[in-house]
Amino acid sequence: MAEEKKAPAFKKIMAADMMKKVMANHFYDLNNAAKTGSPKVAWCTSVGPAELLRAMGFLVYFPENHGAVLGATRTAMDYIPLANAVGYSPEICSYLTSDIGAFLKGETPLSKQYKEITSLPKPNVLVYNTNQCRDVKDWMQWYGRRLNVPCIGIETFRNIGDVNEDAVKAISAQIKALVPTLEKISGRKLDIDKLREVVGLSRRCTDLWKQVLETSSAIPSPFTFFDGTIHMGPAVVARGTQEAVDYYEHLLPELKKRIADKVAAVEGERHRIYWDGMPVWGKLRELSTLFLEQKTCVVASTYCNSWVFTALDAKDPFDSMARAYTELFIVRSDDAKEKYIERMRDLFKFDGILFHDSKTCPNNSNNRYGMPQRLAEKLGIPSVVIHGDLNDLRCYSEEQSVTQIEAFIEQLEGKK
Amino acid sequence: MASPLFAGIDVGAAATKVALVDASGALVGKAAIPSGMDFAEASETARALALEDAGASAGDLVRTVSTGYGRKNVAFADGTKTEIACHARGAHFYFPEAITIIDIGGQDNKIIKLDAAGNRLDFRMNRKCAAGTGAFLEEIARRIGVRIEEMEGLARLSTERVEIGSFCTVFSATEILALVRRGAKVPDIVKGAFRSVVKRVTEMDPFEGKVVATGGVVAYNSTVVELLSDAVGKPVRTPPAPQLSGAIGAALYARNEPASS
Repeated sequence: MAEEKKAPAFKKIMAADMMKKVMANHFYDLNNAAKTGSPKVAWCTSVGPAELLRAMGFLVYFPENHGAVLGATRTAMDYIPLANAVGYSPEICSYLTSDIGAFLKGETPLSKQYKEITSLPKPNVLVYNTNQCRDVKDWMQWYGRRLNVPCIGIETFRNIGDVNEDAVKAISAQIKALVPTLEKISGRKLDIDKLREVVGLSRRCTDLWKQVLETSSAIPSPFTFFDGTIHMGPAVVARGTQEAVDYYEHLLPELKKRIADKVAAVEGERHRIYWDGMPVWGKLRELSTLFLEQKTCVVASTYCNSWVFTALDAKDPFDSMARAYTELFIVRSDDAKEKYIERMRDLFKFDGILFHDSKTCPNNSNNRYGMPQRLAEKLGIPSVVIHGDLNDLRCYSEEQSVTQIEAFIEQLEGKK
Repeated sequence: MASPLFAGIDVGAAATKVALVDASGALVGKAAIPSGMDFAEASETARALALEDAGASAGDLVRTVSTGYGRKNVAFADGTKTEIACHARGAHFYFPEAITIIDIGGQDNKIIKLDAAGNRLDFRMNRKCAAGTGAFLEEIARRIGVRIEEMEGLARLSTERVEIGSFCTVFSATEILALVRRGAKVPDIVKGAFRSVVKRVTEMDPFEGKVVATGGVVAYNSTVVELLSDAVGKPVRTPPAPQLSGAIGAALYARNEPASS
């Protein structure tokens, strides 16, 4: 019987120890800044203009990262109802509802991970970019009202095909328009050379993170989507810093050595899958074990690739930030997304796609307008849709999802 | 030892089904009992009943494959397969051609597409929602105070069309209360509930090609098969034992394949 067999072992990535230090430093630095009042703290949406904020001397905190922590620690369900009770529907982003709920209760799972941290770092300014969705703006505005802190941001176009110069100029102008408010709050003038330096570091981080992800194009793959959801941490919270660059310079050789030594992340890799949509944060362990048992490697994902900003250019910081944050998968039209997935297929050579239909994240659930059927017809790639959520496990039926994933892999096996 | 037998056991959310087939694949023994709360016990009991039905003993069993939600709770199984694989195998055994299978189970619905050789082309399952499943009919039966096994007979007495439009089992039950207040008759409500199941199922796929229906709901309610045929605009066929389709598929896997896990 399957359950009596010893589960195959995960292969530890040794660089993880350094990553934990990078993440710990990030949170301790924020905690100290909030306590001492220096430097100033900006809260920023995860694909917002973090480079500008860093260049102006802010430490940057990302509520979405906290949302993912709430999901991964499975504490989200304790907090979502509290946000529902103050008028934020269970149908909207469960990062938002779990994060606001946790704030209302005065709790954070960070306090269990990091000694001395008892609360989130109070912001001096809140900065959003609606490139992902409207929810991130609503989320920041809630904190703005609650904490009486300025909330400013960028309103991005949505469902765009090719990112043309008109769009770039419009977004670039919005980023520039943030500067006077940020200068007032930070008490310092924008130093364009500092911005170029930060954008350059962010680009270097992106290039390295992209190379890390692309190691999964090797057969067998040395790295999985589930590894990516963990190791993306520095690319999310520390991009634009030397620490993030150092981390990926440390991780990349380890993965290249795995390729040279033919070390597979999933022993006996038989199938390769692309994960579209959000992770199910509270079930990462179970899902990664399931795929490991099924000798199937989830080699690439829309999600982990979302922190690849190849347009960033230190010579042209504002326009290149505008382009980078508008080229994101989530902002694009289905045509552009399908072309992107086709390129990913050519690179990562996957045999199937898993679409996660995330109940509270419609903008990052790409199965809802016929894309799986179009890709099957165009590329001959089969897919499976699982219904779940990023944080709200009440929307996830584990039994049904496991059966669907196992059945999908049986189907791929039948084609071998 | 009598002729060698192969067992398939389908531990579903509502019922545990066992099929015993001989070396030719012929069904020689069967059983279906409620799964209850103890899947291990239900599977033991159902196997004993099926062996009794076949006039055989446990020693005659060469291999057993389990499937269904409780497939990993069957201690005596030599291997497991998903219910998608087993329903496909069971249905294709009786209809060896390109088919689309509709399985309406106690807790979920499956649509499975097979090519002429029985290879699976695609499948999908209902979302995390009981609307359109056997569980929906159980809830409606409870609300209107009839036994589930009475529903087919009642539906046959229906004279007026009643629509139940809600996507949600609980709201459908509320809708039924409103129908009762307006004087709707029980047979019409039952047939309306059947029609609601068919609507939920037929919105899962365009149903091109030949269609086969399986599962407990169609096994006990031929009205549902007729309504399905109307909805997809072509005859929907059923195998000889629709509720056992997954168990038969598992037994056929037990017959043809070494134990897998």
